[in-house]
Amino acid sequence: MMSEAPTKTMNMIEAINSAMDVMLDRDPGVVVLGEDVGYFGGVFRATAGLQKKHGKTRVFDTPITECGIIGVGVGMAAYGLRPVPEIQFADYIYPGLDQLVSEAARMRYRSAGDFICPMTVRSPFGGGIFGGQTHSQSPESLFTHICGIKTVIPATPYDAKGLLIAAIEDNDPVVFFEPKRIYNGPFTGYYDRPVEPWSKHEGSAVPEGHYRIELGKASVVREGQAVTVLTYGTMVHVVKAVVAEHGIDAEIIDLRTLLPLDIETIEASVKKTGRCMVVHEATRTSGFGAELAAQVQERCFYHLEAPIERVTGFDTPYPHSLEWAYFPGPVRLARAFDKIMKDPS
Amino acid sequence: MAQRPQDNLAPLHLHVPEPKFRPGDKADFSDVVVPPVDAIARPDEAVKPADIHSLAYGLVRVLGDDDQATGSWNPGLDADKLRLILRKMLTLRAFDDRMFRAQRQGKTSFYMKSFGEEATSVATTMALQRDDMCFPSYRQQGILVTRDYQLIDMMNQIYSNRGDKLKGRQLPIMYSAKDYGFFSVSGNLTTQYPQAVGWAMASASRGDTRIAAVWCGDGSTAEGDFHSALTFAAVYNAPVIFQVVNNQWAISSFSGFAGSERTTFAARAIGYGIAGLRVDGNDVLAVYAAMEWAANRARTNNGPTLIEYFTYRGEGHSTSDDPNAYRPAEEYAEWPLGDPVDRLKGHLIALGEWDEERHSALATELSDEVKAIQKEAEKNGILGHGLHHSFETMFEDVFEDMPWHLKEQCEQVLEEQRDKFGSEWKAQ
Repeated sequence: MMSEAPTKTMNMIEAINSAMDVMLDRDPGVVVLGEDVGYFGGVFRATAGLQKKHGKTRVFDTPITECGIIGVGVGMAAYGLRPVPEIQFADYIYPGLDQLVSEAARMRYRSAGDFICPMTVRSPFGGGIFGGQTHSQSPESLFTHICGIKTVIPATPYDAKGLLIAAIEDNDPVVFFEPKRIYNGPFTGYYDRPVEPWSKHEGSAVPEGHYRIELGKASVVREGQAVTVLTYGTMVHVVKAVVAEHGIDAEIIDLRTLLPLDIETIEASVKKTGRCMVVHEATRTSGFGAELAAQVQERCFYHLEAPIERVTGFDTPYPHSLEWAYFPGPVRLARAFDKIMKDPS
Repeated sequence: MAQRPQDNLAPLHLHVPEPKFRPGDKADFSDVVVPPVDAIARPDEAVKPADIHSLAYGLVRVLGDDDQATGSWNPGLDADKLRLILRKMLTLRAFDDRMFRAQRQGKTSFYMKSFGEEATSVATTMALQRDDMCFPSYRQQGILVTRDYQLIDMMNQIYSNRGDKLKGRQLPIMYSAKDYGFFSVSGNLTTQYPQAVGWAMASASRGDTRIAAVWCGDGSTAEGDFHSALTFAAVYNAPVIFQVVNNQWAISSFSGFAGSERTTFAARAIGYGIAGLRVDGNDVLAVYAAMEWAANRARTNNGPTLIEYFTYRGEGHSTSDDPNAYRPAEEYAEWPLGDPVDRLKGHLIALGEWDEERHSALATELSDEVKAIQKEAEKNGILGHGLHHSFETMFEDVFEDMPWHLKEQCEQVLEEQRDKFGSEWKAQ
């Protein structure tokens, strides 16, 4: 899928910015809207320079009402545009939930295709930045539970751009969660060590032009024989670091799209390794890991040599001072690897 | 797009608001209309909302350019009370300065100052009864300062340390102090608006005498919660005071993105049939008078009031943004309604009740006091240096009784800490 076009080293923010820039150039129907996204360029700088280049009627600030931002997105899509609203933090998406759940997600179904909603809602999510309980949440499983919405989570600049372009070009609504902890570098979970910049990571070589990464396709980021790890977002890098540190022959699958899920890649891997670990930062109970565990046991039960292990955040609001005790970091992962590899069953 | 029969019509165009000045421009507020003191006289507190629409478009003022307090809105506060308000505002300013600096020194993760809009939390609280309930947004630390909440407890919260009454769970400044009539601050915007109405409805339904006061910013009036709250308050004639601190900026978005190009925030009241006042938010006496008027009105079953304080956010939104990236640096200096502390100081001096020497001595005294308290607070720890609440506290208060799965997870986190720090590690 790698494009032959010239590449440039980008961090995650620059890659996301580039995806919107390319799509604003290519498709006059694309509009970017949200709180502080215009002149200021977004609180995380994801839309920096876009208003200046593409004009105020295509990249603009909005009133502070998530219900309004997503609701006008539905209306713009009904007109025939491709809105790309930003919700400043995933924690703020809830006032817009009715417009997403009852409206955007069902528009095609309820009108029998008369109206569609090709809208991509971008939103930074996840913790690790001492954001407390209102700037750290991972609500992705709420969206995978809604019929009619695709849920996408990139883990590298290259994937972020290709997936965001595919999401914008998709004719159904997409929720695109951006792991804010890795905007500027692939955080490994070792919070007391310096974070490497993206420039030292192969995922930072990003084509300057248009390319797509098909939604619904996972990426095997490390091949291995001993255990399959299903994960996404920031946790991809944490798992990679722990696996390297402990010399575990794990196969690490970055799901990239949670829904539709790339079940074929998952099934083939678990049947090969016979063990499966699911890792996400979100709270454990009814998290996306529960769905993954159910899918794996339905398809791979007779190949499993140990119970499926879930490594997650705890079932509490995201704490402030105890952030690193909450975060599913290297210690929790190491314990889980010990358990799943030693399990005699 | 395909040709259509209407193609001979003039094209529509989309209006996207733009602030008058950006970085590099000269801020010029000469078009801001500042009416004379008492341009609209203070009506009776039992007045019908329909009879005072002009107050939603005017600007209640008491302190004139000559530093004198005049007119029907003058609350007639004595010099001791004025000095107390000044002291509280200076305390707040000193506190904000130290805590902002503490964040810059890496001692905590986040801070938000209330510089320039201190009157809207201090003078308002002064005009309420001590047991009236306040539902603040995130920039009303002045309520706590005015109600003599211990500064060390505020600092402990900001440092998320072992002295933090909220157990290190919340982002700095998201205080909670029920005994001080201060509702738990949310990070989500305007959620406190319908909650304040609910509290006020409960108070009314029980025949209580306490009223509720709620604050939000200009930007967050766009949230649906704001409009739900005003509808409920109008329907049930709830004893609640809505306050919009119109400080012109919502992070980088000027108030035009909340509709200020079309009308005032106070005028939002008119559509709901409740009383609306627009007030000079940097005039301590006008702010006090407006709150006193609205409180008397609510307490005598004359219904809710929406007050807009026209003021200016003197600093960035928080420690996380640089305001010079989206507005001219000298805007605050050019603000036509001045600085609330300077104006109150000027008034007290004009009364012969204050002077520059006493003022600077007080500022120094309060700054030293805040510094001393900060030293004490830091003995309880700063963020990220280990002096936090015990790991078990992370699992407490999710529910009243801890369910089995949280007990399991609590045990797990303790084992993880043993793995991390070795066998000599003990749970705190």
